[in-house]
Amino acid sequence: MKPLKAEQIVEGVVKGDKRAIARAISLIEDGAPEASEVLSALEPLTGRAHVIGVTGATGAGKSTLIHKLVQAYRRRGLRVGVVAVDPTSPFTGGAFLGDRVRMQDLALDEGVFIRSMATRGGLGGISDATGGAVKVLDAAGFDVILVETVGAGQLDVAVAGISHTVLLVLAPGLGDEIQAIKAGIMEIADIFVVNKADRPNADQTVMDLMSVLEVSTYNPSDWRPPIVKTVALTGEGVEELVEQIERHRAFMAERGIRFSERKVRVLLLEALRRAVVGEVLPMLTNSAKFDAAVQLVARGQLSVEAGADLLLSPLKQALRGVA
Amino acid sequence: MLKPHVPPEVAVMDVSLTGKRKAGARRIRVLIAKPGLNSHDRGAKVVARALRDAGMEVIYTGLRQTPEQIVETAVQEDVDVIGLSILSGAHMTWVPRVIDLMKEKGIFGEVLLLVGGIIPEDDAKALKEMGVDEVFGPGTPTDEVIKYIRENLRRG
Repeated sequence: MKPLKAEQIVEGVVKGDKRAIARAISLIEDGAPEASEVLSALEPLTGRAHVIGVTGATGAGKSTLIHKLVQAYRRRGLRVGVVAVDPTSPFTGGAFLGDRVRMQDLALDEGVFIRSMATRGGLGGISDATGGAVKVLDAAGFDVILVETVGAGQLDVAVAGISHTVLLVLAPGLGDEIQAIKAGIMEIADIFVVNKADRPNADQTVMDLMSVLEVSTYNPSDWRPPIVKTVALTGEGVEELVEQIERHRAFMAERGIRFSERKVRVLLLEALRRAVVGEVLPMLTNSAKFDAAVQLVARGQLSVEAGADLLLSPLKQALRGVA
Repeated sequence: MLKPHVPPEVAVMDVSLTGKRKAGARRIRVLIAKPGLNSHDRGAKVVARALRDAGMEVIYTGLRQTPEQIVETAVQEDVDVIGLSILSGAHMTWVPRVIDLMKEKGIFGEVLLLVGGIIPEDDAKALKEMGVDEVFGPGTPTDEVIKYIRENLRRG
């Protein structure tokens, strides 16, 4: 078997050939030299799919819900792509990707493509290649693309940057989740899904959510995230969820908005946080000044805070200059 | 700054402690599947964990997979290896079907095909003649499987 060339891969993706789609995603994941060639060739064909991010804690039922959503879209005659992300072990670099277990019967559906991905060091609940994988599926003509995040809760905000509609899936009895979502993941949610709604305490979860939403400030022109109750195992509520997703899509399309401002605030904040930790912090710590500050603090001539301030002051001055 | 200790086998695989790898570095992807009606998957899970701990990405699909589902999943997940776990004795039924489908989908010869389980010696020989790359019996040390995969990968 000859290895596929970049051109052949692009050609195959456009035709919807599954092997070519799979290989294109691998190239992007592996950061292969051909990846940028493939992506730029596909770029003009993207922008047609509706991308739905599905986030929420482990155990909330994301995979099962996605299974049912895929079936609902298939009944509407749409082709569906799924990208399911699971964590890479930080110690070994390996990963156990088990999301397909709940989607077994979709494997042979011609109109469905499922890809499992490991985070490979990506932060924010997806991998750095997830956006690229979505583009490949978009170019291949899938109408709806569902992206399942790792499920680390509060930190899973990156998916909003590559999705049109974000579902935050909650389940009753998962503890302090409502507390946690106040912190930032709430801003990225376009629809709240209370899954496992057949459990007795489901209404309490809905009430808790409503009270959180009530105190949030929305402009009259803003999209107000609805709460949808589902039982993913039986499929109950899934049709209504699809309708709400469609409502959100239409709402954004009518106004020509790609992201809500509240979502962008969170995304920018997270992007800045990552850049500061990933780029600025190493610049500060890998410097002679850092070693000098270590010496001063070690000798008791400076407090730790004063040492940090010493290192930061040129940066702060520069930022004041900008502002 | 404190340098994290990186075990040598991890360093070899080019993995930092965040799981991030240098651009251009491929990671081995393995599909572990159980064809047929047998509903016992402890062995498959033990192998799956060991491969993960060796730095591979293991796609696990659960029990009762048809050969069609297995091969289609291998295509979509673009795996380097298919590992079939068969304890039911039905290997002479399932494996040829998997091989035929791999040929049909154009991944035969490119993807390593491994079979694990209780396989009599004569059958193992026959399976290898059909195109199975290696057969691992019960009690095979997982290190042996890992070593075999690393040394026999078809794609660079």
